[in-house]
Order: sequence, then structure tokens, then C-alpha cells
Amino acid sequence: MASPVSSVPAEEAIEAAVEKPVERGEPILQVRDLEKHFPLTQGILIKKQVGAVKAVDGVSFDLYQGETLGIVGESGCGKSTLAKVLMNLERATAGQVLYKGEDISRASGRALKAIRRNIQMVFQDPYTSLNPRMTVGDIIGEPFEIHPEVAPKGDRRKAVQDLLDVVGLNPEYINRYPHQFSGGQRQRIGIARGLALKPEVIIADEPVSALDVSVQAQVINLLEQLQDEFNLSYMFIAHDLSIVRHISDRVGVMYLGKMVEIGSDEEIYEHPTHPYTQALLSAVPVPDPSGREGRERILLSGDIPSPANPPSGCRFRTRCWKAQEKCSIDVPLLAVPEVFRGQSTPAAHASACHFAEDVDVVGAG
Amino acid sequence: MSTAVSARAKTGDTEEAPLLQVRDLHVEFRTRDGVAKAVNGVNYSVRAGETLAILGESGSGKSVSSQAVMGILDSPPGFVTGGEIMFKGRDLLKLSNEERRKVRGAQMAMVFQDALSSLNPVHTVGTQLGEMYRVHKGSSRKDAKLKAIELMERVGIPGAKERVNQYPHQFSGGMRQRVMIAMALALEPDLIIADEPTTALDVTVQAQVMELLGDLQREYNMGLILITHDLGVVADVADKIAVMYAGRIVETAPVHELYARPAHPYTRGLLDSIPRLDQKGQELYAIKGLPPNLLRIPSGCAFNPRCPMAQDICRSEVPPLHAVTEQDGRALPGRGSACHFWKETLHG
Ligand SMILES: Nc1ncnc2c1ncn2[C@@H]1O[C@H](COP(=O)(O)OP(=O)(O)O)[C@@H](O)[C@H]1O
Ligand SMILES: Nc1ncnc2c1ncn2[C@@H]1O[C@H](COP(=O)(O)OP(=O)(O)O)[C@@H](O)[C@H]1O
Ligand code: SF4
Ligand code: SF4
Ligand SMILES: [Mg+2]
Ligand SMILES: [Mg+2]
Repeated sequence: MASPVSSVPAEEAIEAAVEKPVERGEPILQVRDLEKHFPLTQGILIKKQVGAVKAVDGVSFDLYQGETLGIVGESGCGKSTLAKVLMNLERATAGQVLYKGEDISRASGRALKAIRRNIQMVFQDPYTSLNPRMTVGDIIGEPFEIHPEVAPKGDRRKAVQDLLDVVGLNPEYINRYPHQFSGGQRQRIGIARGLALKPEVIIADEPVSALDVSVQAQVINLLEQLQDEFNLSYMFIAHDLSIVRHISDRVGVMYLGKMVEIGSDEEIYEHPTHPYTQALLSAVPVPDPSGREGRERILLSGDIPSPANPPSGCRFRTRCWKAQEKCSIDVPLLAVPEVFRGQSTPAAHASACHFAEDVDVVGAG
Repeated sequence: MSTAVSARAKTGDTEEAPLLQVRDLHVEFRTRDGVAKAVNGVNYSVRAGETLAILGESGSGKSVSSQAVMGILDSPPGFVTGGEIMFKGRDLLKLSNEERRKVRGAQMAMVFQDALSSLNPVHTVGTQLGEMYRVHKGSSRKDAKLKAIELMERVGIPGAKERVNQYPHQFSGGMRQRVMIAMALALEPDLIIADEPTTALDVTVQAQVMELLGDLQREYNMGLILITHDLGVVADVADKIAVMYAGRIVETAPVHELYARPAHPYTRGLLDSIPRLDQKGQELYAIKGLPPNLLRIPSGCAFNPRCPMAQDICRSEVPPLHAVTEQDGRALPGRGSACHFWKETLHG
């Protein structure tokens, strides 16, 4: 596939960027106004576009080297789509994804191959994401076929066994098939595969959601240990807010294709200022029956609107108990709200609400 | 224990006869690979107005034990091989299929995790709800539809008059689960068994659905068995808890006591392994190993290969469900632990 001539310098720039080291705490990924719209078509022979599902609709944030950024939000808010666009598994409709300063959102060919080495994904479902007809050795070693420079042919078996060992599986299991493993073990296989090419960034989409409580803890501990060992940056997508708090340095909250609030774990969990974040946090069942009678819960009414036809102004307004006229007219931007600007309170973090207030709904502060 | 007495007075049943009492229930699956002992001597009881949560990891036998109670076990390969299921004074296991069918729906009903596959996709929601009245009460088509609308309103489905003519796929996950609850509620049963009713839902919707179930239970004074693997959901709604592991109940306790002072190492491990929303934790405690294969349940205590407290006796003797007491011997009503070392675990 010939790529257009004009993209060659970009390709080289990306290949050069991939090799560049990034200091801890510097941005490694910078997402700018990212959009992914899926066309809605009508007609069978002549397809006519009648609209679009705005799965990701103008999202901006940074991922810093060595950190874990948690992404939360109800199902359908665009978390997986965001992950796929960052991975170049889906093409962005608009916006940029800067990896070490170079836009990779339109990368192809050699540049894409180089990026894929450094940004890897771990999927939710350990049952369907592994090819049942391949041995564990072949599954984990498959990335080496595409990137033989990482592990030359003769060293591969050893490389795979080392990876099995790293994720806490017996290296002798190399010739077994996925069905011979439990869910938690399969997730470890998925992680080993994700680590094969020694990536810098791992995007994990609900990596423990399908696992039992006792096994979840094992996999979370493994992910944390690997992060320290290999200096990884994580984007960790999950709908379980307790797990996200445990593993994340910073947390971004998504609603209907937009990032509505982002900040450190303390800022989001103890000083949420966006009504949606507050509702989400207050709905989480707390594993402690003491004081359950006194616990206040913000019960949201109604369903999430369709991302094909989001409400005007603030997208959350159809379910927001604080909505005013302004909310249906002006789109609130993701920035430190005016009331908190220049203050040294944890409430002074980015929140896309016209009427942001600091409310402790978790009862931690 | 005056609170317990008054609660009982309110619900109108007596110490001798709870609404449902399961005794020494055994269920096995006879498969090509061997006999899977899914339920191995389970005991529990539920009173009117009471919520019993059955907590356990996947494969521990939660669903199978309640399917046996409902009489909807997949048989073959599943067989009830022992025990009693006393419901309103009768042993359900001794009833004919016909009598059992009458109990189901009218006196006990079930809500499943996956509402979409439990509802019929080709019939409207109204038809399916109305059918409960047409079949069990002989209502006319028109009356049944009116009843269906009333029920949908009762479970908080907005625009019930219009939506009664819609199909299941036209409802969101949360609304479908409300339809399932409406269906279970239709004939005002004495007992509802809800098997992971909110597992597939987002937390915001989960909270709404649990609140609805709790309200209805109080209003109709029903017994509720809530099956779940979620320690958060249990803490929110249960009166008492039975923790299952490998087909056995390993601990029973009133909800507050279980969380404050677990008397079984497995329960304690589970509580320690969940991250908390209200605090930033250190490394999580992780129970080592995996739940057992039911074709080869470890001898002695099934938890022994994973238990940090296991001794020789744990590998040879099955621990019975001991009555758990205070250190000075004072009784702790409703508490039991199937651990040889429950004293060390509780009072340690
Ligand atoms: N390939 C696709 N075509 C059309 N719509 C899609 C596609 N993938 C996702 N969507 C829609 O985009 C929205 C966001 O989906 P997703 O990113 O999977 O959300 P999440 O991971 O947060 O649950 C949903 O409304 C979903 O139906
Ligand atoms: N239809 C079936 N055929 C064979 N075995 C079954 C069947 N249903 C359940 N089992 C066995 O019973 C065990 C307990 O299942 P279940 O009660 O569904 O667990 P859970 O606690 O997750 O609800 C399973 O691990 C499985 O071995
Ligand atoms: S901008 Fe208005 S509608 Fe949106 S979250 Fe804030 S108060 Fe609610
Ligand atoms: S009986 Fe032994 S192995 Fe079983 S839970 Fe108690 S201490 Fe652990
Ligand atoms: Mg997703
Ligand atoms: Mg089940």
C-alpha cells in the first residue's frame, strides 16, 4: 500500500520520535479535540448518511510518563472507542493524538508499526480475546513475528517463557491452549502478550471487569508491580470506581462522548465538582453496612441520551438536578471553573460545569 | 434481643416456621467428565420481609441452589440428591410437577441477571406481563393489559401506557430489569429470588434498581433472596448473609457483624481484597490460587489450598458449620462458620 508522498516526512518524524526518551512526569500522549463519529446510514443499495454516532466528541487530555490515568463513565460513553482511536484501531474523525509531540492519529505504514510497538492494549474479555486454536506460546510470541528485532527467532521460546514468569504463570505452560486456563490466568496471558514488545504505554480496557473479586486483586497487584518494574504509563479504563481509585494517579470522567471532569484521585474522589461525577460516586455501593441508613444517594432519573443526538449545551442537562437555562445554551468547557480559579483548593481542577460546586459525596474528607 | 423480636412480630411468622427453610440441600451435575458436586449440604432460611444475601464467587453454587428452590434446575444433567426445601410448611421436593408449577410465579418468583434473554423478543412487554394474569388468574385480554400498565407504573417505567406495546429490545438495560421485576411481582409472591439482578447494569442504574427492589419488598412484606458476588451491594441491602464456597455455606451472619468481624478466613480474605472508594489503599490483599474445580473438590475444608491458616486437620476433616459465640461463650444469634479455627479467626 503506497502512502501519499506528503506523509513521508511525518512518517520519519514519528519513527524518530518513537526512539526519544521521555522524562518521568512529562506528557507521553497528548490528546487534542479528538473526535470519532460513526456514520449512521440509511438505504441498502445507495447508502445515504443520515447522521452520526458521536462516540468521542472533542476530548482533550494528557497522559504523563509513568502515571496511571483512570477513565470512568457509564457504558456507551465512549471509553472503548477512545482507546481504539488512541491505538489506531479506529481512525479519528478529527483532532490529534500527539505521541512524544508527533501526531500519530493518521499514521500508517512503518510509522504505525513503530508506534504499535510502544503502545499496547489489554482487553476486557479474557475469554474471547485469545485465539482458541493457538498455544499460549504462539499467542504471546505473535508480536515477535511482526517485530523480529525485539526477539530474534532463536531466542523467542526463552523470551515467551520469561514473559510467562513475569506475569506469574508457570513457564512450562507454554504449549497449553487458552481453554486450559481460568479467567484470571487468561488475563495474565493477555498482559504477557501486551508486554512482549516492551511498550511504554499500555491501554487497558476493563482488564479486570470479568474476573472474580479474589482474582481481581491478584491481577491489579500484578499490573502495579509491572508498572514499577518496566516504567510503564497506563490508561486504565473501568466502570468500577473503587478499583480505578486504587490504581490511578489521575482520573478522567466521561459522559456521552465528552470528558466532563479530570484531576488527581484526591481531587475527583474527595472534591468532585461536576454533578455527574458526584452522582456516579454516590451510587457506588460501599462494602460497609455501618451508616448505610444515613448515606445520601443522588439517584439520577432517566436514561443516557443517544450519542447520535446529544442534548444542546451541557450534555448532562437532561439528567442534571442543577440544570438552568444557561446549561441548554452554552457548552461548558473542560477547565478549572471560575469560582475556584486561582485558589489553592483541591476543588480547583478541570470540570465542565457552569455551576461547579465542591461536594464530598464519598464521605472521605 | 428486642429488635429481633419486634421484627418477627411485624412480619407475622414464627420462630418455628420461616417462610423458606432449606435443609441439607445437595445438587450434583452428572456430566461426561464426571459428577460435579455443585451444592453440598446447604442450609438457610428466609422470613417474610427479610433479605438474605447469598454471596460467593462464580461457580460457588449460588445460582444452582436457588434454581433447585425454584424448581427450574437444568435436569438432566442436574439432580437434587438430598435435602428439604420447606416453603410455607410444605417440602417442595415432595410436590408433583403440577403443584410445583403453581407455586412458581404465584408464590415465589425469580429475577435474573440477563433480562434480555429472559424476555421473549417477539412479544410486546405488555403481552408478556399480561400473560401472568391471563394464565394464572384467567383475566381477559383487556384487563390483563390494564394490569400490565399498572405494574409498569409501579416499577417506575415512564410512559407506561405507550411503552406497554413496545418490544424488549426497545428498552434500555435498566428499564428491562424493571420489566423483569414487574413480571416477578405480578402475582404478589411471598418470596422473590433475585440472581445478580444488577450485575449487568451501570452503577447509577444499579442503585435505582436496588432501591426499587427494596421498596417493593417492604411494601409487600416479601422474603428476598439476593444472589450476588458484590460485597458492596450486599452491604447496602441485606439483613443477613450466607457466604458460599465450593457448594457449601462457609459463613452466616447478620450483615453488620459479617463486615465488622468475619469468622471465616475466606470471608476475611474477600473483605480485604476489595479496593475502597473512600480511601486510597496500599497493595491489595489477594487470596492466592483459584476456586476449586467441582469435579475434584479438595478433601477436608475445600478452602484449604488457599487458606493462610490451614493446618493438617483442614486437609482431612470437613469443618461443620459451627455456632459462633463470643469469647465468653455468649451466643451470637444467626452466626455460623464452617472453619475448624473460627475462634482464632474471630477472636484471633
Ligand atoms: N463500530 C461502531 N459503529 C457504530 N457505533 C459504535 C461503534 N462502536 C461504538 N459505537 C457506539 O459508540 C458509543 C460509545 O461506545 P463505546 O466506546 O463502546 O462505549 P464504552 O466503552 O464507554 O461503553 C456507543 O453508543 C456505541 O453504540
Ligand atoms: N447446566 C450445567 N451443567 C453442568 N454443570 C453445571 C450446570 N450448571 C451449573 N453447573 C455446575 O455447577 C457449578 C455451580 O454453578 P452456579 O450455581 O451457576 O454458580 P454461581 O455461584 O456462579 O451462580 C458450576 O461451577 C458448574 O460446575
Ligand atoms: S452545566 Fe448545568 S446541566 Fe451541566 S452539569 Fe453543570 S449544572 Fe448540570
Ligand atoms: S478449616 Fe482450615 S483451611 Fe478451612 S478455612 Fe478454616 S483454617 Fe482455613
Ligand atoms: Mg467499553
Ligand atoms: Mg450464578
